[in-house]
Amino acid sequence: MNTIVAVAKKDLRIEWRTRTLLARVVPFALLVLVLFAVALDSEALLLRAAAGLVWMAMLFSTMLVVQRAFDIETSDAAMDSLLACTAQPSRVFYGKALSLFVQLFALAAVLVTAAVVLYGASVNGNRVVLLVTVVVTATGGLATVGTLYGAVVANMTGRDSLLPLLALPVLAPLLIAASRATEAAFGSQTIDLANGWAWVGVLVVYAIVFGSAGAAAFSPLTESDS
Amino acid sequence: MTVSSTGTPTTRVIGGLALLITGWVVVSAFFITPADSVQGDSVRIMYAHVPTAWIAYLAFVTTAIASGFSVARRHRTLGFDRVAGASAEVGVLFMAMTLITGSLWGRLTWGTFWQWDPRLTTTLFLFVTYVGYLAVRRIDTDPRQRASRSSVIALLAVLEIPLVHFSVVLWRSLHQEASVLNTDGDVRLDGLMLFTLFSGVVAFTLIFVWLVIHRQRLTTLSDLERVVGLDAAITARRAENSAGVTA
Amino acid sequence: MKDLGFILASWLITLGSIGMLAVVTTRQARRLSTRVPDDVKPWV
Repeated sequence: MNTIVAVAKKDLRIEWRTRTLLARVVPFALLVLVLFAVALDSEALLLRAAAGLVWMAMLFSTMLVVQRAFDIETSDAAMDSLLACTAQPSRVFYGKALSLFVQLFALAAVLVTAAVVLYGASVNGNRVVLLVTVVVTATGGLATVGTLYGAVVANMTGRDSLLPLLALPVLAPLLIAASRATEAAFGSQTIDLANGWAWVGVLVVYAIVFGSAGAAAFSPLTESDS
Repeated sequence: MTVSSTGTPTTRVIGGLALLITGWVVVSAFFITPADSVQGDSVRIMYAHVPTAWIAYLAFVTTAIASGFSVARRHRTLGFDRVAGASAEVGVLFMAMTLITGSLWGRLTWGTFWQWDPRLTTTLFLFVTYVGYLAVRRIDTDPRQRASRSSVIALLAVLEIPLVHFSVVLWRSLHQEASVLNTDGDVRLDGLMLFTLFSGVVAFTLIFVWLVIHRQRLTTLSDLERVVGLDAAITARRAENSAGVTA
Repeated sequence: MKDLGFILASWLITLGSIGMLAVVTTRQARRLSTRVPDDVKPWV
């Protein structure tokens, strides 16, 4: 447990010092939301699409954050020394996933607020509980898949373009589930609250599956390839 | 004398049989089988569409199994990895043809090129996943590393596809817009139509085997050429050096 | 035959791309196999 927290703390400290998330990713994600609004050009349509657009922006931003989280490890072969310090690579995986989770959760909070302000989405009463649960579980899934595929492409040439190509199809179930559940939380007419909770179930299964797969695959992935 | 191809008597027999049966399927699909009572002549596309879909799935299963073996053998035998790669290449091509012929058939039967039904959507994600797999294989690196990298992606795909399929099915079933079209292309097939479809599956399976054998050998060749090229370069350098010393 | 264009297109795309892959494969095989000695080819 200590290792997990230590790795997460290390990543978050680096993040806080460089402020990549604050200076680049959050503005990028907000820009995506604004550009969607311009492209769709209809307030009714925007309100209907709000949940999906928030999660699309989250997916794109995740690619940037993951890229960054592994760039700091591949330079100076930092990953090797990190793995040398611990007996269990799976803890390094969970540590990195935890740091990613914290960053993405903050980003999700910003984007949901932006959807309320810019798109006119509304959340009230017991829908808030659903919304928070969705954000937590979906961000958990994003963090585990992001860490897993970040490790997969970490040592590859041309990884910036490979990461989205490999990770986005895998994230498709998450996009579907998170968008539908968020739609329910935004009080759309097409999905009721009960169905929203059903989708949260999918998100939980998804996060558990990739959380365990990532922990299992992390040590063969990070063994220095030679 | 060097053998100037990747062919052997076995592959020639497979290739010949494949050509023969494909010829029969084409003749039967166009001239002998009747038009379907529901679908009309568009059923003739099905004799190409169904076998390509079947082969694409077969190819991806082969890739997954071969990757599993490669991991179990710790990539000491590169043969498994080469089969996995060759199979994925052929699978991606066949899946592309499945999607194209499927949408042409859909345009005739449903009136639209595309339907967001679970089977089609899953197929599309499957296709993109293996395009990514091939992109990783294309990175220029030594064969052992290529094997270990690509096998991870192939095995993760096995995990991904059921999740995609499940969530897409759930998505469409909770979707409240009424389904306008019945997306099942199931029709009653008479004996000859069924036989033609079956022949198509046999022919395309033979084509698949032929292509995988050849492409797998081609990978072997280019892996070997890497080594041979490297050896030659080293010898040349050595010769250069010793010449420099004696001079 | 109704919709002959669609049907022909489907078959031409299918058989055409299989044929193309087969041709490309055999040509590459010819080119590469001259550069590699026979005794290391597993199928010879």
